[in-house]
Amino acid sequence: MSDIRIDAISKSFGPTQVLKDVSLAIEAGEFVAVLGPSGCGKTTLLRCLAGFEQLDGGHIAIGGETVSAPRAHVPPERRGIGVVFQNYALWPHMSVAQNVAYGLKIAGIPRAERMKRVSRVLDLVALGPLANRRPADLSGGQRQRVALARCLAMESRVVLLDEPLANLDVHLRGALEEEFAAFHARSGATMFYITHDQAEALALADRVAVMNAGRILQFDRPEALFSQPASETVAGFIGEGRVLEAEDIRPLGNGRAAASLMGQTVELRCAPGERARGRAKISFHPGDLQLTETQGIAANVTRATYRGAYLRAEVMAGPGGHVPLSVNIAAPASLTRGQRITLALRDGWVIPDAAA
Amino acid sequence: MSLTETLSKRPLRALRLPRWLTGEAALMLALVLFVGVLSIAPLARLAWAALVPQGQFDASRIADILGGRRVVGATLNTIWISVAATCLATVAGTLAALLTTLTDMRARTLWVFGFVLPLMIPPQVTALAWVQAFSPSSPVLGALGLSLPPGTRHPLYSMGGIIFLLGLYNAPLVFLSVRASLQRLPASLVEAAHSNGAGRGAVIRDIILPLIRGGVFAGAALAFVSSIGNFGIQAMLGIPARVETLITMIYRRLNSYGPSALNDMALLALLLAVLTVIGMTLTAWLGRKGDQRVDSAHRAPRMTLGPWQWPVGLAAWGYLLVCLALPLSALFAAALVRGYGQPLNAETITFENFANALFHHKGIREAFVTSFWITCTTVAVLIPVAVALGYVLTWRRGWVAKLLRLASELAYALPGIIIGVAMILFFLRPLPFIGTGLYGTVWVILAAYFSNFLALALRPILGGYAQIDRALDEAAQLAGAGIFTRLRTIILPSVAPAATAAGILVFMTAINEIQTSVLLVSSRAQTIGPMIIFLEEAGSSTLAAAVGCLMVLLVLALMGLSLVFGRRLPEGVLPWRD
Ligand SMILES: Nc1ncnc2c1ncn2[C@@H]1O[C@H](COP(=O)(O)OP(=O)(O)OP(=O)(O)O)[C@@H](O)[C@H]1O
Ligand SMILES: [Mg+2]
Repeated sequence: MSDIRIDAISKSFGPTQVLKDVSLAIEAGEFVAVLGPSGCGKTTLLRCLAGFEQLDGGHIAIGGETVSAPRAHVPPERRGIGVVFQNYALWPHMSVAQNVAYGLKIAGIPRAERMKRVSRVLDLVALGPLANRRPADLSGGQRQRVALARCLAMESRVVLLDEPLANLDVHLRGALEEEFAAFHARSGATMFYITHDQAEALALADRVAVMNAGRILQFDRPEALFSQPASETVAGFIGEGRVLEAEDIRPLGNGRAAASLMGQTVELRCAPGERARGRAKISFHPGDLQLTETQGIAANVTRATYRGAYLRAEVMAGPGGHVPLSVNIAAPASLTRGQRITLALRDGWVIPDAAA
Repeated sequence: MSLTETLSKRPLRALRLPRWLTGEAALMLALVLFVGVLSIAPLARLAWAALVPQGQFDASRIADILGGRRVVGATLNTIWISVAATCLATVAGTLAALLTTLTDMRARTLWVFGFVLPLMIPPQVTALAWVQAFSPSSPVLGALGLSLPPGTRHPLYSMGGIIFLLGLYNAPLVFLSVRASLQRLPASLVEAAHSNGAGRGAVIRDIILPLIRGGVFAGAALAFVSSIGNFGIQAMLGIPARVETLITMIYRRLNSYGPSALNDMALLALLLAVLTVIGMTLTAWLGRKGDQRVDSAHRAPRMTLGPWQWPVGLAAWGYLLVCLALPLSALFAAALVRGYGQPLNAETITFENFANALFHHKGIREAFVTSFWITCTTVAVLIPVAVALGYVLTWRRGWVAKLLRLASELAYALPGIIIGVAMILFFLRPLPFIGTGLYGTVWVILAAYFSNFLALALRPILGGYAQIDRALDEAAQLAGAGIFTRLRTIILPSVAPAATAAGILVFMTAINEIQTSVLLVSSRAQTIGPMIIFLEEAGSSTLAAAVGCLMVLLVLALMGLSLVFGRRLPEGVLPWRD
């Protein structure tokens, strides 16, 4: 009843087309993150969902009811959607409790019931003692929790969040990420969470939509995005992914294929329908490369940095020594600049042919 | 019953109203009606009467009227006077702004108050005060033996006199605009120039002036609009001096010929409107690409005057002495003697004029009461309308919003007398459904005030909107609040300080208003603003002076009150506060 169907929507501001043929099917109760670089249209997509922008084409249905189409537009106040704004949008002239109670008051909930619900929600986010403060007298994290409480109180079935943690420091982010997860578990609401921090997206979401330049590139589970990117752009965007060209792709069946990379034969994962190809793009991550004593890709260390749990090495690899790669090497290891090493690729993915 | 059920019920309730008339559509419709009936329709009527008076366009009539010797003369006078006054105001206002924002001159706050004060004094009172300044009773010039011997021509009754007074009167407008740009000027730019070895003169010439150019020309545009449409000074000095301008011509012809001259005067009013718009556009073009950087956090560093502290201070305070103390003391002195030209001393002093003005003169009392209640009504109606209009102008796009914006900007630029002529034309004929005309009643004046002051109320409120986050409104919308609920519970509290400031400005301007009402007053409906001109024309100079004094006192009292109670008002909306 609170599933979201976004169907081929487009939106332009003057001559610039900001959303191009965007489609997403989100199940009721799902936690979806939208991930993309700055300016790619994430906020615009959220504003279309909330009803602040009119569509130029396509349509949006929530719980089976069409709420946005070029000619039919349900105004935001009748959509029953909750939004947590990036800068919180707390009303400065109202106390914390009044902020939380406002929507209930508009809905005509009697005073006694309203008070009860407000204090329960404020207790949930541990803001009970601050109920009578003004937003101006709160810290950044507390403000964020008030914004969350305001959303919780409305018990909206669909909650949209626009980079809710962008203004907070790292420690607070961790704490609030847990809070969002708990919020989701408790309310069972469909969550639509915008961020440009992929760690956040991968950690929180059931599924992640990767967006770029007004298009959805891939909409999938976090682990699928990481290990089976559908395109070069996604592969390069997620988890420091590296894309290289390999030759002579030979499917081995069982979702595996052999290929030749920098003169070495490697075994990779591939899509079930993959066919033999002369060359293809493959993707892997710094952790997929390992030092080996036997045969492998020769490389020259140009820089090694200590990263705590592992050692990060930048190397120039291949026969000609001009393919830059990043390698993560598990902790007790030492590498020095100029050292010659041999690398083996333990895992990788053949990016499906876009034309096929 | 759970909340989700209540929420899902709401759309049903809302659906009972016709869909196109709910919320925003109703608000837009009301605003379009308000602005349409009170601004667009009268102005359209004016243009119609000017160009197609008997239902047909007659080019030779237009050429005859506009080509007439006196009209051409008045047009040239108008252009010359407003351009020269604008230049004077721009130089004085810019210097004052540089002095008060960039230097450590002493007692700046007080000086700013004094410098901005002339803007708040009704222009007809300013003119009267300056006329009195050269009379034998003037305490300053009289005491110095510099007053004019009876029979000599008054030096201010001349083209130069009009330019001088208009320049002084409008200098604060430029000052305010330039000061606003100076306060946005990032200190680092000035510091960088200093560290590159630039001296003060070079910094002002090469860094500061180019960066505040936009502010200077924006102020000049305001000064131009205000000069060309300033009835009080042009009439009080120009009519006795026989320096005819378009405004005084319209006023005098309508007074002598009545409505029969209306169509021709509509044409002159249109000419005046065109001149105003050209002047404003030209000034805006000169100041284009002004620096738009917003950096209110840092103020430009103050330069120390050092050894110049005394000479500069002396010059600055001397300016105020001449511009403020000289005319105002003369005005009070004139109000305290029995007849014009008497010197003020222990024998001639009398409070008769004040007593007459306050208690015995029925016309003055009635005019004041009328002015007071229509001013209060204007404030009470315009502030909510301006808040709603500001909402649409700030946060809504589309052609309706564009149209409303254009109409409100036009209303801001057009001189009040044009609104006056338009209102006469619009309300002259009996209204449909009612049967009687409103012409000559106080209702026309009220309508003219609505039309004339909407733009004035809008300015500070738009400034208020610029400072609040749109998400505040959107969050309330998501909570299910309709537009009127949001305006009341979210928007109004957020823009309340700006709205208060707008209310104060409109009140102070409307209570002494002259430009529009001078054409609309009748024996049945008088306002206090034009009273001074009528009293002066009737030869009661001392009574006129007393009324002028009372107006100045009222203005001072309001300004003082706003300073005492206005601590929470946002910075920069009350012009007289530094
Ligand atoms: N009201 C508007 N008018 C014109 N252009 C707009 C408007 N809103 C957004 N844009 C443009 O649309 C594009 C996408 O903007 P959007 O705010 O959706 O990006 P975003 O993905 O949310 O970026 P960020 O991560 O920086 O918040 C930008 O190029 C922006 O300039
Ligand atoms: Mg954004």
